Amino acid sequence: MSALVDFTLNGVAIQAHEGETIFDAALRHQIDIPHLCHKPGPTGLRPDGNCRACVVEVKGERTLAPSCCRSVAAGMDVQSTSERAVKSQKMVLEMLLSDMPDAGYKWNEHDESLQHGELSDWAQRLDVTVRPALQSLRREETKADLSHPAIAVNLDACIQCNRCIRACREEQVNDVIGMRLRGAHSAIAFDLNDKMGDSTCVACGECVQACPTGALMPKTQIGSQIVDKSVDSVCPFCGVGCLLTYQVKGNKIMSVEGRDGPANHGRLCVKGRFGFDYAHSTERLTKPLIRIAGAPKAIPSETHATDWRNTFREASWEEALALTTSTLVNLRDTHGKKSLAGFGSAKGSNEEAYLFQKLVRTGFGSNNVDHCTRLCHASSVAALLEGVGSGAVSNPVSDVEHAELIVVIGSNPTSNHPVAATWMKNAAKHGTKIVLADPRITDISKHAWRTLQFKADTDVAMVNALIYTVIEEGLLDADFIANRASNFEALRQSVKAFSPESMAEVCGIPAPTLREVARAFAKAKSAMILWGMGVSQHIHGTDNVRALIALCSITGQIGKPGSGLHPLRGQNNVQGASDAGLIPMMFPNYQRVTNTEAHTWFEDFWHTKLDDQPGYTVVEIMHKILADDSDPHKVRGMYIMGENPAMSDPDLNHARHALSSLEHLVVQDIFMTETAWLADVVLPATAWPEKTGTVSNTDRMVQMGRQAIDAPGDAMPDLWIIQQIAARMGLNWNYSGEHNGVAVVYEEMRQAMQAAIGGITWERLERESSVTYPCIKGDDAGQTIVFVDRFPTADGRVQLQATQFIPADESPDEEFPFVLITGRQLEHWHTGSMTRRSDVLDAIESVATVSMNLADMKALGIQSGDSITVKSRRGRIQIQTRLDNGTPPGTVFIPFAYAEAAANLLTNAALDPFGKIPEFKYCAVAIEAAKG
Amino acid sequence: MHATSICVTNTTTAVACFTVELAKLQANPPAALKGKLPHIELRRGAGAYICGEESAMIESIEGKRGEPRMRPPYIAQVGLFGRPTLEHNFETLYWVRDIVQKGADWFNGFGRNGRKGLRSFSVSGRVKNPGVKLAPAGITLQELVDEFCGGMLDVHNLYAYLPGGASGGIFPASLANVPLDFDTLQLHGGFIGSASVIVLSQHDKARDAALNMMRFFAHESCGQCTPCRVGTAKAAKLMEAPVWDNSTLEDLNQVMADASICGLGQAAPNPVRCVQKYFAHEISESPAGVGDDR
Repeated sequence: MSALVDFTLNGVAIQAHEGETIFDAALRHQIDIPHLCHKPGPTGLRPDGNCRACVVEVKGERTLAPSCCRSVAAGMDVQSTSERAVKSQKMVLEMLLSDMPDAGYKWNEHDESLQHGELSDWAQRLDVTVRPALQSLRREETKADLSHPAIAVNLDACIQCNRCIRACREEQVNDVIGMRLRGAHSAIAFDLNDKMGDSTCVACGECVQACPTGALMPKTQIGSQIVDKSVDSVCPFCGVGCLLTYQVKGNKIMSVEGRDGPANHGRLCVKGRFGFDYAHSTERLTKPLIRIAGAPKAIPSETHATDWRNTFREASWEEALALTTSTLVNLRDTHGKKSLAGFGSAKGSNEEAYLFQKLVRTGFGSNNVDHCTRLCHASSVAALLEGVGSGAVSNPVSDVEHAELIVVIGSNPTSNHPVAATWMKNAAKHGTKIVLADPRITDISKHAWRTLQFKADTDVAMVNALIYTVIEEGLLDADFIANRASNFEALRQSVKAFSPESMAEVCGIPAPTLREVARAFAKAKSAMILWGMGVSQHIHGTDNVRALIALCSITGQIGKPGSGLHPLRGQNNVQGASDAGLIPMMFPNYQRVTNTEAHTWFEDFWHTKLDDQPGYTVVEIMHKILADDSDPHKVRGMYIMGENPAMSDPDLNHARHALSSLEHLVVQDIFMTETAWLADVVLPATAWPEKTGTVSNTDRMVQMGRQAIDAPGDAMPDLWIIQQIAARMGLNWNYSGEHNGVAVVYEEMRQAMQAAIGGITWERLERESSVTYPCIKGDDAGQTIVFVDRFPTADGRVQLQATQFIPADESPDEEFPFVLITGRQLEHWHTGSMTRRSDVLDAIESVATVSMNLADMKALGIQSGDSITVKSRRGRIQIQTRLDNGTPPGTVFIPFAYAEAAANLLTNAALDPFGKIPEFKYCAVAIEAAKG
Repeated sequence: MHATSICVTNTTTAVACFTVELAKLQANPPAALKGKLPHIELRRGAGAYICGEESAMIESIEGKRGEPRMRPPYIAQVGLFGRPTLEHNFETLYWVRDIVQKGADWFNGFGRNGRKGLRSFSVSGRVKNPGVKLAPAGITLQELVDEFCGGMLDVHNLYAYLPGGASGGIFPASLANVPLDFDTLQLHGGFIGSASVIVLSQHDKARDAALNMMRFFAHESCGQCTPCRVGTAKAAKLMEAPVWDNSTLEDLNQVMADASICGLGQAAPNPVRCVQKYFAHEISESPAGVGDDR
C-alpha cells in the first residue's frame, strides 16, 4: 500500500495516496470535479489535462492547475469550488458549448437542452448557459462524414479533447486517429485526413466509446441515449471473452459498450461492438422445420439462401421433437448405440455443452460427441495434457505486460483475437520484445522486434533449432530441468540433428537470427509463447506444441509471471465446452472415459451405464457415416447443435456428402446454415443475447452471459431443446428454475468439475461476472498463473517430448504448385453464419478473397480484384484476388467464412494422429484465371 | 551517459551558418575543450511560434506535434526523451563566453536605473532608426528611442509602445520612463519578454495593435487547451467590434490567463487588458479620442 499524503481540499483535511492526482483523491472523497477530456476509472484513459474543465486553485500558485494531471503534494491547499476555480471551469464549458450545433448526436430525450452528452451534463450541473455574445460567434459548420458503415463522424460536436486519439493510439494501438492543423482549426483526422470509411480504421469503436459529446457515434444510437435496459453480458465471438453491456430498447439491441472485464477492461473489437445485429436478422429461424419427403439434400448455390419452402415445411415443436427423437431412438435401438453421434458447439454456453454431452453419453449411449475444438486446438490440448497435465493456458494474455519477450507463433492476433492483441501492442510500447513467427507477415509484425517468416509447415524444424541453440550455448535453466522436468536427455539427443545452421535452409530463417531469438528467449527474465491455429492445424500439430513446451521448459520460462504457454482459444466457449466434456475421449474436466475410476464416478453421478470406450472425433464421424453397412460403428443419425460442419470441416465435398447420407440429421441453429440445409429436422434456437449461461475464455475465466432480448417467433433456448429431447428419450432429468434451469445445470456441472471450478458457484458468478479457475473453494480468488510449484502430471514434472520433422500430408507439385493456408479475418467469425448476416460486418468485408503477394500475381498475370479459380484435388472455388505482400511466395491465404467460395472445399482432411485435427493450414492448390 | 547539445533554429541562413561554424569547431576545438566537446546536433525548427516554448520545442524535436507540456514535471526533471534537459535561448548562450572570459563584474558593470547587464532590444515602429540595439538593461523606452533609435520619426509623437513582443502588453506614453527589464513591468500588466519593442505614434491605435496580436495568438495557438484555442479565436472576433464587450472579454481574459497550459494562452490577455486599462477611449461608446487624428 502506498504512503498517504495529507492535504486540504475545499477547506477539509483529507488524505491522498502518494502520487495520486487531486482529481482521483477528490473523487474518492465523493467530490466530482468537472471533467471532459479525462475519462477516469478502470476503463478510462490516461489523463491529458487539455480541456481545463477540471482546473483547481492551489494556494501559492500563479495559475490554476488541472486536477486530473496534478499529483497531490503534502500540505497542498486546494480549492475546487472557489470563485476563481469555478469561474474558469464554467468558462471552459461555456466556450465549448458555444461552438456546438443546435441539435446534438448524443442526447437525453427527457431534457431537450441536454444535446451534447457529457458536455451538456456538466453544463447543467454547473448551471452554465451560453451568452448570446458567444453564441453568435459559433465556429463554421463541418460536414458530417458518414462513410463508415458503423460510425458517424460529426466534428461539429467535437471539443478536441483527444479522448478518441488516446483510445485509438494508446489503448488499441491502431494509430489511425490524429490531430491536424492547430488552434481553432485543429481537428481530428483519420490517417491522412481520409474519410473514415476509406481509412485504415479497424472499427474497434474504442473512439466511439471514448467520445464525450457524440462527435463519434455508433450509427445505431445517434440521438437519444435513453434505453429500456442495460444488460451486462459477455461477447459471443472469440475466445478473448470481453465483458460488455447491451443497450436494449424495445427488444432491440441499440448498441454495445465494453465493460470492465479482466480480459478486456472495457475494450472491444469490431465484432463485439458492431456485430450484434445478427440476432435481429430477418433470416433467423423462427419455426421448427421438417424436410418435405423426397426433397433432395443439397445446399443451394446462392449464398445464404432463405427460401426453404420447397425443401422444408413448418411444424409444431411437438411434431418436430417427436419425429426427431423417435427416429434417433429407433436408429439406436435397431443399429446399436454407436449408430448415433452429436456435435455440440463452442459457441453455446457451458451449461448447454454439459447437457449436450450428457444427453449423448446417457441418452444416445456412446461417447460419440465432439465439437469444433477438434478443428482448432485439439493438438494443442493433446500436447499440453501430455506435457504439463492441463490443456488450458498457463498465464492469461494480459500477462504479456510482465513479459520481457513474447513469441507469437502461428497466430494473427490483431484479426483473430483483437482485444488480446491490444495487450501485446501495449506491452511492446512499454518495451516488451515481440517475436512474430508466422509464414504470413501480419499486422502485429509492425510491433515486433523480430519477424520470423518461416516456411509454412516447418514449425518443428524452426523451434527445435531454437532448442538446439539453447542447449548448445548453455542457456538452459539447469535447476528447472533438474527439479521440474522429465525426459530431458531424450530431448537433448533428438535435437542434435537440428542445428540452426542445418535448419536455416529448411525453415527459411537465417541461422544467426534463429540463434539471436533463442538467446533472447532464454535470457529474458520472463518470456511467454502465444500461439494459434497456425501451430495446431497440421498433421504434426501435436509435435509443434510439444516443441514449444520443450522450449519454455528448458529455459525455465513457465510457472511465473510473464512466462508460459498460451494457446489463444478461438471460439468464445471452446475452452468451456472442452472443459464440460464435449469431447469423445473425456468426461467433464478431462477425465478419460477409459479411466475406471472416472467412469465409475460418472456412472454413479448420472445413475446410468456409460460407454467405456472413446467415441469418434469430428472428421472420423464423417468417415463413419460413409462406412459400410456392415460396420457396427456406422453412424446413421446425428444431432448437431450450433455447429456448421458443412462449412467448417475439411474437404467439404466429402463432409457434405457424409452429412447428406445420414438417415436422420437434426440441426439446431439460429440460421439456415449450410449444415441445416442437409437436415431432416431443423430446430430454431436462440442467439447469445437471448439466453443466460456461462462461457469460459482463453484465460480460464468463467464468465456470465445474461439474457438481454427475447428470441424471435417460436425460437427456443438451446437448453430447453436439449431437455425436451432428453425427456422424449426417457431420461429423467429435472432442471427447474428460470432460464430453463440453467443455474441447476451449472451446479451439477460444478459437482462434476470440483477440481477446476469447485469454488465458483452460480451465485458468485452472478455477483462477480467473471472468476478465474482453477478455483477450488468459495473464497479462492482463482489462479491466474498455474504450474508455479508443480505440474498436474503423474510425477508433478513437465514431460518433455522429442519431436521429429514431419512434412505436410500433401505437398505442392507441378499440377498443384501453390500452398493454401486457411484462416479467419477480423470481421468474420468462423463459418460466417453470424457475421455474414451482420450488416456492419458484411458491409466492411462482403466479398470472399484470396490473398497473394505481388510477385505471384505478376507471374500469373493477374491483378488485385481479379476473379480467379483456386482448385485442389478435392474441389474448386471462384474467388476475388487481394494483394497482400505479407503472404509468402508460392502461397495463398483464404478465409473460410464465405459460403460462396468455401475454402474448405479445397482443404485436406489428413489428421494429426494425436489430436485428430485436420491439416487446415497446408494443402496444395492450383490457380487459374476464371472463365468469363 | 554523455550530454548532448541540440541547437534549434528556424531559418535556412542560420542553419547554413551554424553548420559551417559547428564543423569548424569540431575540426579545431579550443585547446581547453579538446576531447571534451559534447556532441552537438543542429535541428531545424519548422517555424511555429509555439515551438519557442521550451516544452513544445522538445515535443517537436521528439517528432511530435509542437504542443507545450504540462508542468510539473519541469523539463529540468523530465525533458527531451524523458531526460533532464536544460534549454536556453541564444541570447543567453551568446553572453556565456564573454562572462566566462571577462568575469561577472564586467557584465554587471553595464545597466541603468539600478538594473544590471546588457540586453538586445529589437526596436521597430515609428522611430528613426529601427533595428536590434544592444543597450543597458533597465533603460527606459524614452531613453532607448532617444539614444539608440535617433528619436521618433518626424511628425510622430510617442503614443504607445509594446515592450516585449506580442505578449508583453501595450503601454501608453505615460509609462515611457519605466525601466525595461525583468520584473519591472509586471506591475503595469506587461513584461519585457523577448524585448521586441514596437513603438506606436498618434497615427496608430492601440486597439489595432491588440487585435493584430490576438489574431496572431489565435493563429499560433497550438489548439491543445480550450482556454487558448477557443479563447483567442473568440476574443479576436469580439475585438473587431467598435465598442468592446468588456465583460465577455474579461471572462475570456480570466480563463485564458488562469487556465491555459502555457505562457501563450496565459499572456494572450495582456494586450486586451492593456487596451482596456490604458486606452479605454478607443473601445468605448465615443471612439474618437486621443491619438485618433486620421
